[in-house]
Amino acid sequence: MTERLDGPQAPGGGDAAGEPPGPRETPPAGVTAPVAAAASATAAVPAEGAAPPRLGPSPRLAVMFLLPAVLLLAAWMIYPLVYSLVRSLFDASGSRFVGLGNYGSIFTDSSTLTTIRNNVIWVVVAPVVVTALGLIFAVLTERIRWATAFKLVLFMPMAVSLLAAGVIFRLVYEQDPDKGVANAIITTVHDTFSSSTGYPGARPRENDQAPATVQGGAVVAKQQAQPGRPVLIPLVGLSQDVVKDAAPAKAAPADGIGGTVWLDVVRGGGGTLNQVDPQEKGLAGITVEAVSGSTVKATTETADDGTFRFSGLPAGSYVIRLPQSNFTAPFNGVTWLGPALITPAIIGAYIWVWAGFAMVLIAAGLSAIPRDALEAARIDGATEWQVFRRITVPLLAPVLLVVFVTMVINVLKVFDLVFIIAPGSVQPQANVIALEMWRVSFGGGGNQGLGSALSIFLLLLVVPFMIFNIRRFRRDES
Amino acid sequence: MRKLPIAVALLGVAAAACGTSSGGGTQAGSSSAPAAGGAKPLAGVKIEVAAKWTGDEQANFEKVLKAFEAKTGASVTYASTGEDTGAYLGPRIEGGNPPDVAILPQPGLVQQYADQGALKPLSSQVQAQIDQNYTPYWKELGSAKGQVYGVLVKAAHKSLIWYRQSAFDDAGAQPATTWDDLVSKTAQTLSDSGTTPFALCAASGWTLTDLFENIYLSSAGPDNYDKLSKHEIPWTDASVTTALQKMAQVVGKKEFILGGPSGALQTDFPTCVTQVYGQKKAAMVIEADFVAASVPQSGAKVGEEAKIMPFPKVGDTAPVILGGDVAVVMKDSKGAQALLEYLASKEGGEVWAKQPGYLSPNRNVSPDNYPDDLTKQLAQTIISAGESVRYDMSDLAPSAFGGTDGKGEWKDLQDFLRTPTDVKGAQQKLEADAAKAFEK
Repeated sequence: MTERLDGPQAPGGGDAAGEPPGPRETPPAGVTAPVAAAASATAAVPAEGAAPPRLGPSPRLAVMFLLPAVLLLAAWMIYPLVYSLVRSLFDASGSRFVGLGNYGSIFTDSSTLTTIRNNVIWVVVAPVVVTALGLIFAVLTERIRWATAFKLVLFMPMAVSLLAAGVIFRLVYEQDPDKGVANAIITTVHDTFSSSTGYPGARPRENDQAPATVQGGAVVAKQQAQPGRPVLIPLVGLSQDVVKDAAPAKAAPADGIGGTVWLDVVRGGGGTLNQVDPQEKGLAGITVEAVSGSTVKATTETADDGTFRFSGLPAGSYVIRLPQSNFTAPFNGVTWLGPALITPAIIGAYIWVWAGFAMVLIAAGLSAIPRDALEAARIDGATEWQVFRRITVPLLAPVLLVVFVTMVINVLKVFDLVFIIAPGSVQPQANVIALEMWRVSFGGGGNQGLGSALSIFLLLLVVPFMIFNIRRFRRDES
Repeated sequence: MRKLPIAVALLGVAAAACGTSSGGGTQAGSSSAPAAGGAKPLAGVKIEVAAKWTGDEQANFEKVLKAFEAKTGASVTYASTGEDTGAYLGPRIEGGNPPDVAILPQPGLVQQYADQGALKPLSSQVQAQIDQNYTPYWKELGSAKGQVYGVLVKAAHKSLIWYRQSAFDDAGAQPATTWDDLVSKTAQTLSDSGTTPFALCAASGWTLTDLFENIYLSSAGPDNYDKLSKHEIPWTDASVTTALQKMAQVVGKKEFILGGPSGALQTDFPTCVTQVYGQKKAAMVIEADFVAASVPQSGAKVGEEAKIMPFPKVGDTAPVILGGDVAVVMKDSKGAQALLEYLASKEGGEVWAKQPGYLSPNRNVSPDNYPDDLTKQLAQTIISAGESVRYDMSDLAPSAFGGTDGKGEWKDLQDFLRTPTDVKGAQQKLEADAAKAFEK
């Protein structure tokens, strides 16, 4: 940095012929600074000719004016960039030169490859959806009263910092429907159509003495049912609160084929295992099947005291089965924060934040569209859809492109939302390049060589879009 | 570092006992003054000590400093480093103006600063105190390149299981003393009664490493524990297989864990504490003494509804794992060495022990000094474990392995929670990650 400091100064103090090299040094690194590039060009061009009389201020003055900007650029942009580039060629300790080794490990390490894959998903999905939603909102709000109020509401998320938005969505996606809004909605909708029934979580004891076992989700009595030998099916795993109003369990009468299904647990412990004790509660309303071979011969339900009885069944021995439907667990919503859905979930949060921003930009572009073009189309008999597709969208294309490209750049460096929304256990699955870069260099990884390589890699991804944007701005200006 | 809110810990426990004020300090000072020969040897000496504690913890520590001042005549100023001790000390070391004494939240920092030459070796008097009050393990922990630089002055007890008394009452379950009883009796009884036995905060990877370390220390013994800490035996070792299999007896049973593995993996610390004491959905949470800080927020009282059992023994002896803060000298001054000597001594430890929220690793500090029964119980386990007390293994490992979200041991154990049957696969991943992190 100090070299650069000296660079432009030395010629500034000398004769005019020495000046061009000073300003000219900036363009190669000044990718991110069209202003500096343009300024240095104007400064350099007259010096090129040397012979014709100079227009404008003297080179010395030009250098003086340029110096603050050049210094700041050098300090904040060029030096860090060059240093990162150099650092990326060294190992974790910074003492051993490893050449392109760090770049190699970006493409061989499976966890880094996941981050690249996730970034691809982000870039493909998020900018398109944000732009499309922005367009839809902008076109629709143009037609309604209270458009400003509507826009204000949609734009509001922009006023929330990404960090806060992350915290909000971490709660929204919470698994527990009592906490997470997303699952609260889904379970409510689900439960209006099919609610959970029976006794979720009830199961027989898992040991050899237990009279029943689980087979394919259903509870099956080990003892075959025969007339005069009631089947005992003790269940456990239910909270006492579930059965606090239930009738005490009773042993089934000895005649016919029947038995008892009850909760074989006494509050505070005690009771005889696998025996109907007086304090124990019967489980009412459980569907019981009598199976012979592989066909269900009869079906019945348990009474309040947990007893059941098959009437009119031919004598013989049957397998007694409590089908799985008695024990279906309540629908618990979607695991948003699990490994499978985490990236889509975070993209959802991102869209919530940025859709309003896209809408405002596009709405501004929309108001600049010549009305007569739209009216002409309508007079010619175009439907609203045709007007939208053939007139509005093509005329809006430049604005849409700006929004889209801005979003792409923005998405490539996404960090905070992923960092906050993904729980620690799914961070590897949700990881993106920018987050991995931070983690590897500072967040415990301690390998700033690899981190620098990642940052350079990210820069290379962003640069094409930057150049594209700059070119467009130039074209627009000329 | 997250593991070390430690201290915030027992504040809730004994907020009531906060009244002791400096009276206790001066008393301790004057009673020991005759031993120092009557005159105050450090009159006029100024000492600056930096630690991360704030609030009540700071106030409690300052009482210890007052007692030291009263005894020696030195004047000590306290500077709080904030949560990131490294970020505070780094610039001061660079600037050539470090505090006389710093209290570091991780032993790893001792190594790091010693490499930088920022630490001064402890004087023979301090070492004499360490030899007298600590087992050789702790001396080694505070050493780098053969020199003794630091001493553990404040401990967090990580070998605990917190349980909810009402859940145990309802189920008729009893605290267990062996792992097998914990799994087959306590947890099974709770599960049968309809209460999920365990709430795990598996989204915070360090809760899983703590669980593993306890099982490993108890089943494989302190020697293997030391070797594995330094990566002298591979993670594919048979002792690790045993420990992971034991761990799977709990984490591999869906009905034993609240929400199953998938639910647990979305639960951050201290949400699992809330699930046990606030929502009353589970009965036990396996974590350190600092759970006490989260219990009152859930409306439970430590010692009544919220009780602890020592981590049951998996092998021959029950494990005792500590985390904690290490004091080091950064400026060569008589005052700094004297302060460390005091902090490492029985006398200084007992002054501190009378304050709430403090647990001493010093084996000669009598448990009777602690203001509440819970801490007494914890201190007793440390003393009775004697030579086999160990420091948190993941805090001793390079942080890329033992302390990073989504990487190394944290990630591998979380993956193990997803597929608890694949012990071999988990070991291979652990070994691969450890090899990468330790080679640097």
